[in-house]
Amino acid sequence: MSYLTDRKRVQGLGSAKSGTHHFISQRVTAIALIPLVVLFVLPFGYNLGAGYDHVIAAYSHPINAIIAALFFITVFTHLRLGLQVVIEDYVHGKMARTALLLANILFCWLFGLSGVFAVAKIAL
Amino acid sequence: MADVNRGNRPLSPHLSVYRTQMSMLTSITHRITGIGLTLGAVLVVWWFLAASTNAAYFETADAVLTSWFGSLILIGSLWALCYHFLNGIRHLVWDAGRGLELEAAKKSGIAVVAGSVVLTILTLLVI
Repeated sequence: MSYLTDRKRVQGLGSAKSGTHHFISQRVTAIALIPLVVLFVLPFGYNLGAGYDHVIAAYSHPINAIIAALFFITVFTHLRLGLQVVIEDYVHGKMARTALLLANILFCWLFGLSGVFAVAKIAL
Repeated sequence: MADVNRGNRPLSPHLSVYRTQMSMLTSITHRITGIGLTLGAVLVVWWFLAASTNAAYFETADAVLTSWFGSLILIGSLWALCYHFLNGIRHLVWDAGRGLELEAAKKSGIAVVAGSVVLTILTLLVI
């Protein structure tokens, strides 16, 4: 006899593993990215090729820096969730699938965090 | 065991039996642009890391991104971003239960494809 309830025994063991968290996170980041993409891409476009001093001055401004950091966090979360679905849909071998899902998580955290670090270093 | 019959079942979807439709084209393009944008995101992070390192390294990264090849990738990424942005909004509208009728979905698909080109050109004109 187990003291676990029936629900607790099966929770997380279905093919979906978890509930609606992935779906909702994908939508929340998508909605957040609607303004963030616009606010990030325009200053980035202005600064691309504008020269070192110009870029440092622009991203030393708190508004540009905060938007860029928020953009990196949100876009790499959204990318991680999106690539995860693509891998789950198209990669079938257990080893390859697990390895790619793991690589995806590490890759998105590495580049997301690197972006935030770079912006913080410029701004501070 | 759940895996006993694996490989022995009929597989779906049978993509080749369908006539090409707007909804399937816009759907797979959403995925391809999403995957492709990974490259643009990596290049942008690299550019920021270079700027945070020193002026000399920044000049190298900036030169790569503004070279003809860098521009090709970034303009391609910009179109992919515009497409993914507009089609993403289309998906959010669908999530709200609107625009799901065949005619409406076809029209919004055409609007997204045309809009992505217009938005790309507008952005290039502004920046």
